[in-house]
Amino acid sequence: MGQLFDFTEVFNNLDKIAISFWATIRLAAVTAVLSMILGTVWASFRVSPTPVLRGVGTFVVNLLRNTPLTLLAAFCISALSDILKFHFSETPSVNGYWWAVTALSVYTSAFVAEALRAGINTVPLGQAEAARSIGLTFTQSLRMIILPQAFRSVIGPLGSVLIAMIKNTTIVGAVAYGVEAASEMKALFFDLGATLPMFIGFAVGYLVLTLPAGFFFGWLSKRMAVAR
Amino acid sequence: MVDIGKGAGDKGTSDNPPLVVLENVNKHFGELHVLKDINLTIDQGEVVVIIGPSGGGKSTLCRSINRLEPIDGGTILIDGKKLPEEGRDLARLRADVGMVFQSFNLFAHKTILENVTLGPMKVRKVGKAEAEKHAMELLERVGIGTQAGKYPAQLSGGQQQRAAIARALAMKPKVMLFDEPTSALDPEMVKEVLDVMTDLAHEGMTMIVVTHEMGFARRAAQKVVFMAEGQIVEESTPDEFFTNARTDRARDFLSKILTH
Ligand SMILES: Nc1ncnc2c1ncn2[C@@H]1O[C@H](COP(=O)(O)OP(=O)(O)OP(=O)(O)O)[C@@H](O)[C@H]1O
Ligand SMILES: [Mg+2]
Repeated sequence: MGQLFDFTEVFNNLDKIAISFWATIRLAAVTAVLSMILGTVWASFRVSPTPVLRGVGTFVVNLLRNTPLTLLAAFCISALSDILKFHFSETPSVNGYWWAVTALSVYTSAFVAEALRAGINTVPLGQAEAARSIGLTFTQSLRMIILPQAFRSVIGPLGSVLIAMIKNTTIVGAVAYGVEAASEMKALFFDLGATLPMFIGFAVGYLVLTLPAGFFFGWLSKRMAVAR
Repeated sequence: MVDIGKGAGDKGTSDNPPLVVLENVNKHFGELHVLKDINLTIDQGEVVVIIGPSGGGKSTLCRSINRLEPIDGGTILIDGKKLPEEGRDLARLRADVGMVFQSFNLFAHKTILENVTLGPMKVRKVGKAEAEKHAMELLERVGIGTQAGKYPAQLSGGQQQRAAIARALAMKPKVMLFDEPTSALDPEMVKEVLDVMTDLAHEGMTMIVVTHEMGFARRAAQKVVFMAEGQIVEESTPDEFFTNARTDRARDFLSKILTH
């Protein structure tokens, strides 16, 4: 019974655990940036005056939202990287990292786009009309007037998308980039046997990442709210 | 003195060249025929008040002049040039046509000063310092210089509308469109906005104003256009229109707005 709560192994392997979480953080941070950019592109397509772009935006978002991440990651690493030999780098771990980032960014971008589109819908039509009436082009008014207000109104939902993304690093980790935290946990379980303390150690590690992120986005969304 | 536009004095006479010309303009919303063969010429420096019952097409007419609403027949010329289709040319033309909305539509996430400098900086490519200097002059002129650093939601309706007028003027437009600029305002704020508009009119700005404010029409306008059911029913001077309307439709309308 005492062994069930013996955290010695956790402390003995703290360096490995820390390194693996650092890999998770690097994966999540770069993915956060890329998925925001890509998601903004899809959302802009979906409100564009050009029907072709609107069609592309809708198609891509629906395709990505309805594809399991495991499949997408496996497609990237097996089909694109292993079979078609699209390599980001000759070093396997670097290549795996970038394919994991790619799969997760592309996947997450669909959810960013959906959140953002909801945000765009909260911006009163008059804002866009005023922007056009002073001579801003569609792109300028999107960039300077619509998107800044849309972002501020969906910081909360975007936070949820990013937290889900942090948890999804475990999936792309398992498929493409086996050095982040969840993969390290599996490796340690394999070497030392699965123990509750080790499991708790990793679970706490994820909470340390996601909880502050949640509080941060909550705080930010209050701070950035647009008064009307 | 702040340069607010081109036109000059000489009002009432039609010596000035035409600035806005609408020829056989037609517009449908689906089955609904909202603008029916509209012909209207507005000379440089002229102030035209458009008046008429709700749903008559006043807003649509106003919005079609800067192509916020595309028309489906006829032509609209501004300063001799036909309205361009969508795209950069249209954006450039819109910069020359100021618009003031009933609901102000100030950019909610920008300060009053930023609202006024955005157009000049991004569309006219004016430098920041110069844009801010001109913006402050305009804000002083409409009486809200002290509010420059605030956000729109922190201002009263009357102050917001004056800021919106300053934002439009900052583009040095050739003509200003106003769509019921005072009808969302509390009564005590109507005057401060109308005063700014009256000054503007007296300084020679070409203005197209949808409003039911008869005082303003009499003080500032050379022409009243009465619109109903998508048509221009009557076009005359303010005095003539308010004291001696020619059509039953206009007399009927006037009796309704005069009795309350
Ligand atoms: N976007 C739109 N889609 C469909 N119908 C519209 C649209 N905008 C206006 N209409 C209709 O066109 C007609 C003219 O509307 P418009 O807003 O130009 O009238 P108005 O004279 O400005 O009225 P009000 O005094 O109420 O502002 C109305 O019947 C209105 O319902
Ligand atoms: Mg109207």
